[in-house]
Amino acid sequence: MATSAVSRPGGRETRDSVVIRFAGDSGDGMQVTGSQFTLETALAGSDFSTFPDFPAEIRAPTGTTFGVSAFQIHFGGTDVMTPGDSVDVLVAMNPAALTVEMNDLKVGGTVIVDTDAFNERNLKKAGYAKNPLEDDSLARYQVLKFDITKLTAEAVKPHGLSSREAHLCRNMWALGLLLWMYGHERTATIEWLQRKFAKKPVIAAANIAALNAGHAFGETAEMTEHMVGYVVPKAAVQAGRYRTVSGTEGLAWGLVAGMRAAGIEKMVFAGYPITPASALLHTLANLRAYGVVTFQAEDEIAASGAALGASYAGALGVTSSSGPGIALKTEMLGLAIATELPLIVIDSQRAGPSTGMPTKAEQSDLFQAVHGRNADAPLAVLAPTSTADCFDIAIEAVRLATKYMTPVIVLSDGYLAHAAEPWLIPREADLPRFPVTYRTDPEGFHPFLRDRETLARPWVKPGTPQLEHRIGGLERDYDSGHISYDPDNHARMTKARADKIAGIANDTPLQTVSLGDDHGKLAVVGWGSTFGAIHQAVKIARDEGRDVAHIHVRYLSPFPRNLGDLLKRYDRVLVPEMNNGQLVKLLRAEYLVDAEGFSKVTGKPFRVTDIVQRIRGGAPPPAEGSGLGGEAG
Amino acid sequence: MTVTTITDAQLTPKDYASDQEVRWCPGCGDYAILKAVQKACADMGLVRERTVFVSGIGCAARFPYYMSTYGFHTVHGRAPAIATGIKLANPELDVWVMTGDGDGLSIGGNHMLHVLRRNVDLNIILFNNEIYGLTKGQYSPTSRRGTRSPSTPLGSIENPVSACAFALGAGARFVARSIDTLQAHLITTLKRAHAHHGASFVEILQNCVVFNDAVFENVTGKDVAPDAQVVVEHGKPLLFGKNKEKGLRLKPGKLELEIVPAAPDVLVHDETNRPLAQLLAALEPPFPVAMGVLYCNPATSYEREVVVETGGSLDALLNSERTWEVVP
Repeated sequence: MATSAVSRPGGRETRDSVVIRFAGDSGDGMQVTGSQFTLETALAGSDFSTFPDFPAEIRAPTGTTFGVSAFQIHFGGTDVMTPGDSVDVLVAMNPAALTVEMNDLKVGGTVIVDTDAFNERNLKKAGYAKNPLEDDSLARYQVLKFDITKLTAEAVKPHGLSSREAHLCRNMWALGLLLWMYGHERTATIEWLQRKFAKKPVIAAANIAALNAGHAFGETAEMTEHMVGYVVPKAAVQAGRYRTVSGTEGLAWGLVAGMRAAGIEKMVFAGYPITPASALLHTLANLRAYGVVTFQAEDEIAASGAALGASYAGALGVTSSSGPGIALKTEMLGLAIATELPLIVIDSQRAGPSTGMPTKAEQSDLFQAVHGRNADAPLAVLAPTSTADCFDIAIEAVRLATKYMTPVIVLSDGYLAHAAEPWLIPREADLPRFPVTYRTDPEGFHPFLRDRETLARPWVKPGTPQLEHRIGGLERDYDSGHISYDPDNHARMTKARADKIAGIANDTPLQTVSLGDDHGKLAVVGWGSTFGAIHQAVKIARDEGRDVAHIHVRYLSPFPRNLGDLLKRYDRVLVPEMNNGQLVKLLRAEYLVDAEGFSKVTGKPFRVTDIVQRIRGGAPPPAEGSGLGGEAG
Repeated sequence: MTVTTITDAQLTPKDYASDQEVRWCPGCGDYAILKAVQKACADMGLVRERTVFVSGIGCAARFPYYMSTYGFHTVHGRAPAIATGIKLANPELDVWVMTGDGDGLSIGGNHMLHVLRRNVDLNIILFNNEIYGLTKGQYSPTSRRGTRSPSTPLGSIENPVSACAFALGAGARFVARSIDTLQAHLITTLKRAHAHHGASFVEILQNCVVFNDAVFENVTGKDVAPDAQVVVEHGKPLLFGKNKEKGLRLKPGKLELEIVPAAPDVLVHDETNRPLAQLLAALEPPFPVAMGVLYCNPATSYEREVVVETGGSLDALLNSERTWEVVP
């Protein structure tokens, strides 16, 4: 895995892995810079994990701390499973970015700043009484001070840009410098700029000039002891064709793959704009050629209604939102459960309650997903563990929804939605197949006739002769499907609905142990996007000789059928979650295990060290810096 | 509708009735509407398996259970959204939305606005009885000022919404009004609505015999009807009264209607004229209430403009943009 140090011409030093954070104003193009650095990293053969962290405001007033937008990438040759706890290199395009982001910087880490931005006005906005570049407050770090604004302006001068347009090229200069530092190519970025600004060739040329200038600056600048190039080894991964995938892309493509696997011709995806779920609507809106109809409804309720109507008509109905929007879909989920129709609901969870922190991730909709409806209303709940797993979980959601005629909620989150990882591209021929059967036979038909094995009712497309029937939210007779207010029948139907969902556990994989033994002193049990941080933490703890295992639950309703027995084989069960303790309560309620909760609700993902310290039983981890995400409350 | 080319001419109104016992109150106007819809279905030879009745919640929303077609009784106010999804999934289905004044204009007002604006090819039938019947008689968004009800013991202080004016304001391209008891007119109106491609909106004045009995008597009563209603027909003058002795014309120099003796300058109904439809929709006593197709001006319906193809290569999709090869 980890390769030994290699010397390169030019005196590059080797690093096993590196964490870089690009930070600037929300209008400085930091997300684009990070994405392009990610692409070049991928093409260089490193493994990586990214964490875009941006404010809810589209264009907050420039220079303010609440307008800071950041993109973090962790890349290297081995075991890159999280975006990284602490930062090796911080690129701070202004004082606000420096003050907000530098608490995560390692002692001895590198800060690259644009000196031009450290003027009196910006310093004041960022809350600096004195210029930190001129006192010893940054003495613990290696500070590389460049007048990026001026250097960019000089580089783009031949293209005749306005000073404002030239200013917007600063991010490409910084990107060029960083690409040089890590020995990455610029080809893909240049191609991307040419495509993006195809109709504005002057802007394209200027951005490329800035990119090249930043790169050349690294190559030709006087080498200080800090200004060195690095080489990061390639990752030893399975051979094959790779690409980057975000959670949003994974879900979108997984839904298409699931629809294909089920043999369904059309998907109707109905959504309503909401952060951070809108990205899925945008992605699917471009997939018309794959049988995808997207519908931007008038509200969240209509979105869920249109999706359910589509399922009723025999298509794959999908709706998507984030916590507050999912709340609005609740009544429609009840109808989907009552009428036993397939429906996929993607929840990109964010910090709440109410509007909360729209761009910050949380795992706090687990209760809402599992229990958040009136009456006894069970459904299936799944959670992907990584951006790549978003693809697989979407396929699984389609399989379960269509086989069991039930809504399935997929709990993604704001982190997974935007994060990206390398992905071994699957081949369509290798994907699962689970063709659905629409009922066409009138013999003995009634709409709630149950399959003996799955307890699912038949799926009938309107348009099918002789199967005309009426369904709805009123309770229906078990034996005929007609409206029934009979007390015993309601009890029987309530049980049938519960048994059907519980029975899904017989059709899903047994819970496995991701790392460690299937018994022992401590099991760390997680779900969703915390996989990487927990896995790394458990690995570190095991390397220290501790008896600890990592269990990650993808099936949250119903739980895997062996989960209770498995958990009882450990002395202690620790449940880290980005909420105030939800899975831990479900586990305690379901299995009477004495599980301990470990909450993080700062809107930022767990750091590996958070979990390692908790496993060690040490003091609580030190508070995170003054990052926006940490300012909850 | 787009499916009328396939018809089933053999069926009678009875063939459109389900085997379920109808459970509206004796004397409810809904019976007459059910009868009219079944007759219209038979007249048009609708194919039962291609026809879907969708409803929300309320007395009117029980309608699908009594039809032998496909039926979906859904969530209060949301039938337009569900029906939109059905049309997006299968534009060939003949989809009807059965709603009421509370379902369609209060809890579901937003969906009604947008389904009309989008012009989804649906037949939307709004039963207006100016009351919440199924919840025992509270005032509704169409109840007149002063309506006494369990929730307005001193009389309602709210201004009612006019269903047809709302529909026109939302951009509906087919708006009509009829009455539960006016069977022949109702059946004709339903057939016109069905023939219209796009969202067709039909308001039916419907008597709630238990909680709001005779609320429309000032319009529908046998004695007053000739003077209290103007039945509009495209290309015909807007005449009313026992002997068609009265007419409507534009008040000179003003954008409003006035009643005049039948004379050459009486307005001729033009159902493609939206401003005229707005004037007609807003008429209320002492003016005659307008019945018939107030507005009909078709345009391409929403689901017909949706572009979707199948068969795109998933491998091509997954390999789009930058990829890289890792060799063993």
